[in-house]
Amino acid sequence: MDILQIVLTESFWAASLRIATPLIFGVLGALICERAGVLNLGIEGIFVAGAMSGWMAVWLGAGLWGGVLVAALAGGLFGLVHAILTVPLGLSQHVSGLGVTLFATSVSYFAYRTALPNVSSPPRIEPFRPLDVPVLSDLPFLGPVLFQQTALTWLALLMVVLVWYVLNRTPLGVAIKAVGDNPSSVDAQGLSVYGLRIGAIVAGSALMALGGAFLTMSAFDAFFFGMINGRGWICIALVIFANWRPGKALIGALLFGAFDALQVRLQTEVGALVPSQVFLMMPYILSIIALVIAARGADYPRALLQPWFKGQR
Amino acid sequence: MASEKVLSLNGLSKRFGSIVANKDVNLSLHRGEVLALLGENGAGKTTLMNMLFGHYLPDEGSVEVADEGGTLQPLPLGQPQAAIAAGVGMVHQHFTLAENLNALDNIVLGSEDLRAFRRNRAAARGKISDIMKRSGLTAPLDVPVGRLSVGERQRVEILKALYRDVRILVLDEPTAVLTPQEADTLFENIGAMARDGLSVIFISHKLREVLAFSHRIAVLRHGVNVGEIATADADERTIARMMVGADTERAERSAMEPGAPVLSLRDIRVPGRSERDTLDIPELEVRSHEIVGIAGVSGNGQAALAGVISGTVQPQSGTIAIGGDAVRECSPTTMIHLGVGRIPEDRHHDGIVGSMSVAENMVIERLDDQEVQKNGLLRREAIARNAERLAEAYDVRGPGIQAPARLLSGGNIQKLILARVFEEAPKLILANQPTRGLDMGAAAEVARRLLDARSRGAGIILISEDLDEVLGLADRILVIHDGKLGAAHARDRETIGLMMAGEMA
Amino acid sequence: MIRIEPRQATSHCLKYGVPVVSAIVALALAAIPLALAGANIATAYREMFSGVFGSVFAFSEMLTRATPLIFTGLAAAIAFRARLWNIGAEGQLYLGAMAAVAVGTGFLDVPGFILLPLIIICGAAAGAAGMAVPTFLRTRFGADEVVTTLLLNFIILIFLQMMLEGPIKDPMGLGWPQSPPILDQGMLPPLIDRMRVHSGLVLAIVAAIIAQFLLVRSVWGFRLRAVGENASAARHAGIGVNRLLFSVAIVSGALAGLAGVGEVAGLKGYLTADLSPGFGYTGIVVAMLAGLSPAGVVVSALFIASVFVGADSMSRAMGVSSYLADLVVSMSLLCVLVGGFFARFRIVRTRAAAGGA
Repeated sequence: MDILQIVLTESFWAASLRIATPLIFGVLGALICERAGVLNLGIEGIFVAGAMSGWMAVWLGAGLWGGVLVAALAGGLFGLVHAILTVPLGLSQHVSGLGVTLFATSVSYFAYRTALPNVSSPPRIEPFRPLDVPVLSDLPFLGPVLFQQTALTWLALLMVVLVWYVLNRTPLGVAIKAVGDNPSSVDAQGLSVYGLRIGAIVAGSALMALGGAFLTMSAFDAFFFGMINGRGWICIALVIFANWRPGKALIGALLFGAFDALQVRLQTEVGALVPSQVFLMMPYILSIIALVIAARGADYPRALLQPWFKGQR
Repeated sequence: MASEKVLSLNGLSKRFGSIVANKDVNLSLHRGEVLALLGENGAGKTTLMNMLFGHYLPDEGSVEVADEGGTLQPLPLGQPQAAIAAGVGMVHQHFTLAENLNALDNIVLGSEDLRAFRRNRAAARGKISDIMKRSGLTAPLDVPVGRLSVGERQRVEILKALYRDVRILVLDEPTAVLTPQEADTLFENIGAMARDGLSVIFISHKLREVLAFSHRIAVLRHGVNVGEIATADADERTIARMMVGADTERAERSAMEPGAPVLSLRDIRVPGRSERDTLDIPELEVRSHEIVGIAGVSGNGQAALAGVISGTVQPQSGTIAIGGDAVRECSPTTMIHLGVGRIPEDRHHDGIVGSMSVAENMVIERLDDQEVQKNGLLRREAIARNAERLAEAYDVRGPGIQAPARLLSGGNIQKLILARVFEEAPKLILANQPTRGLDMGAAAEVARRLLDARSRGAGIILISEDLDEVLGLADRILVIHDGKLGAAHARDRETIGLMMAGEMA
Repeated sequence: MIRIEPRQATSHCLKYGVPVVSAIVALALAAIPLALAGANIATAYREMFSGVFGSVFAFSEMLTRATPLIFTGLAAAIAFRARLWNIGAEGQLYLGAMAAVAVGTGFLDVPGFILLPLIIICGAAAGAAGMAVPTFLRTRFGADEVVTTLLLNFIILIFLQMMLEGPIKDPMGLGWPQSPPILDQGMLPPLIDRMRVHSGLVLAIVAAIIAQFLLVRSVWGFRLRAVGENASAARHAGIGVNRLLFSVAIVSGALAGLAGVGEVAGLKGYLTADLSPGFGYTGIVVAMLAGLSPAGVVVSALFIASVFVGADSMSRAMGVSSYLADLVVSMSLLCVLVGGFFARFRIVRTRAAAGGA
């Protein structure tokens, strides 16, 4: 079986979309923050927090959508910490973001260990089931690829459209893009720079947390230490690759999912010849390559990383 | 002017730490009046206007603005939103435009409800084209602002204010970046709007345009009112004296015979982001004992030209020679070693490392010098002695040579840079906007140093957007437009202004 | 109405006080998770304290834990001072450890006075190479080194697992993915008999002293500070920014590599994929808590190591998760950030002026 045959199977594309889902949430979240001018390196920790809190809520009986809500709230809360440190206080976005990642991760791990002190195999929940859409699910090819995904994948796709619409078609989106380019332009027109930036970071962080929640509530059915494994950092690279555009973010995440799905299948094909780790490295190496290709031509939001203080221009 | 009062600033004071920016300032404005607010840099003009517009909160005082019926109402302070609602609009000296958005979005930004699900662009477009017709100010609406010229951006800024139905318009140095002709057109438009009932305050330090276009002049000095005068009764000398408190002495420029060439550029080409800022110089020569002035509106290739001479920009093609030595590799180090003294345009961004000490900033260009280091270790005593001497000789004042350079005032930072540059007795000096933002005293000091260097035998290339400065100092004037240099046919404002706009080039 | 004003100059009191207060606040905040976990707070703090200062052995364990943190803290401090965001100390640590194992486990059977320096040099070189690559990607292609160093950490760790299952797997290791032991003469000698603290600690402190001296007194340090504070002005003044960044990358990566050398050749003796419980990331906290000063790194590494060792011992005694230590460490980073803000700015309360709302 060669690559072409793999690429033509339904299961390959279904897997690509599944792998891409958490990345879609993460890239959109990071994109919103950066469009408002703030790099959010808290993403990796927020993924962990979303995965843990969403799962924990379901495990405690909140129901799946209750879990999604809890994850989003937890993400928003950690986002708020980053927002306060970087927006009104104007502290280093790099260091603050890393601090939030360490904080969110350790809070999640501590909470998990405190709730479940001595379990060797993590308890499982009943995760999201694929949505079976009558007729559509039975379509050849498209049916299994698109219409046998879980509700969270659909939510991710919906978010791409929503984020695109808000950024390009609403006054709010115009204001967010303006505050990421030149905060003074927003301030001079009587809008609040702090309000817009804090709001964007909180909303973006809530989206990131949904990426984590997808992992424990849809892709898997339990929470493990180290399960995020750099997915957040990959999203940060993908935002640059996507040139801060929601549509391209979707394409980037899908391409990434496709490569990842491909490497898993190749692994079973040629696993005897090549150590499995070579395949495991691929996502990270691909992200670096994507970054190197995209970096020079990237239209960085002009005010990214620049703190802004009121009355100072 | 006997019409009704539309604005009254009553006893406004503002301190920043220990610095008093404004003290008990009073100002009034009438309907349809054009008031010029004059003062040196640092006199507190911009601070005063920022208090009116709500960017700063005054420590004392109040502001009253006439409502639609013409009655004066107190204005809530510290809230731009309230100022906008009361019909006050401000055009800042540094543009407050989002360059990734088009002009339409920039103009409408903030006037729509952020919770709305869609924008009503047709209505906005209609209103803007209406305003354009009435005011005579036009700009393309659908191009990202980043691609507009400086003049167009200026007009977008004003349209932004007019879109909010302002009755009072404040312009902070509106002509700083315009050609003389563009400036005249702008003021004619403003005059027409004032006849329709708009009240205007404009900040300027260009005496010529103040005399030509205002009705009344108010002068600030060291943050306090020092006088008001009807423009009809004023002349340059009286207002200059009001601003400075004494007659200013102009640096005298004696005639001098130029010597051997110190800089020659041949076929230099530096590609820019657009055709506009692509530098293309077939030939440029600067000789010893000569100041060559480069006039032009910013964004016409000055940055690339300065970059080539500073060594920070590598030309795509062409040859450079400094004092007869061909420059093989264009780098700041090469230029420093060949005897080029560079005074950068943005002194905070390129001139000093703010958090390092004054002493360290004074030796930053010669770290390989044996006086500064020995075997890779800094000779801290020698560095301190050097700083003491230079601070004395160049009158650099501040909290001491070991204090961070960012604590110095703008004028003293410029003196620090002058000390560093002139002490090396450079063959060629690149002075890029050397007096921008300085008060008259510091500016005169810079001019004197440049003329001294010229007498000593240096060749000087003076890039400036201030035509008066170029006319006052340069032996030879070139005009830069769209990345190309042209010699000024005549030494007058009209000719040079037209060349700056790209005509008769 | 409140307003933020920059302070003219930061007093020494604030400069040294902020990290200390931040550390104390973070420790005090640990009471909240302790209470949520249902532990007796006073007992928990007492256990943590005695876990570090209760015995010579406990104290030596703390010093052992501080050794790699000094190295990774220095790696972060030096790089961050030049605004080179090396978040890859974790990976560089493993590169250093792999190099130490490559030369130290019998490949060369030479006397200790040759082997040990060789191990140290190779480890440092490997770490340096690990930072040179992302620095090249930044200076040549403009690829953000934050992201590349973070991703390289994962790549290097997977590469290590591949090595441990292949070329450097110990044939005597009963199938475990671990390397053969470093030859005895290649080991860093212990400092105290029958305790684990080793001479890597001396190496780390010497490195901190040299780094501090170079930063303040050398031309290299001058250039580094200039590039870090204002790269544009440094470039204009003739400082080769890219060249300087490379030299910083090499020093920073080498220091992180030495952390790995110390852990393998000083403590464990052989290499496994769980050699470091995130020393590279914790190094960032160490550096920030030290205000990016190399001398301060030693002090803040001792504090962070105390938190880890104390929390471990408290955890064993009371059954509270030892992730508490990570929680305290991350909170001290956030606290020192906020504290740094108050050291640079002051909040001024202004009364609303007449007519104000």
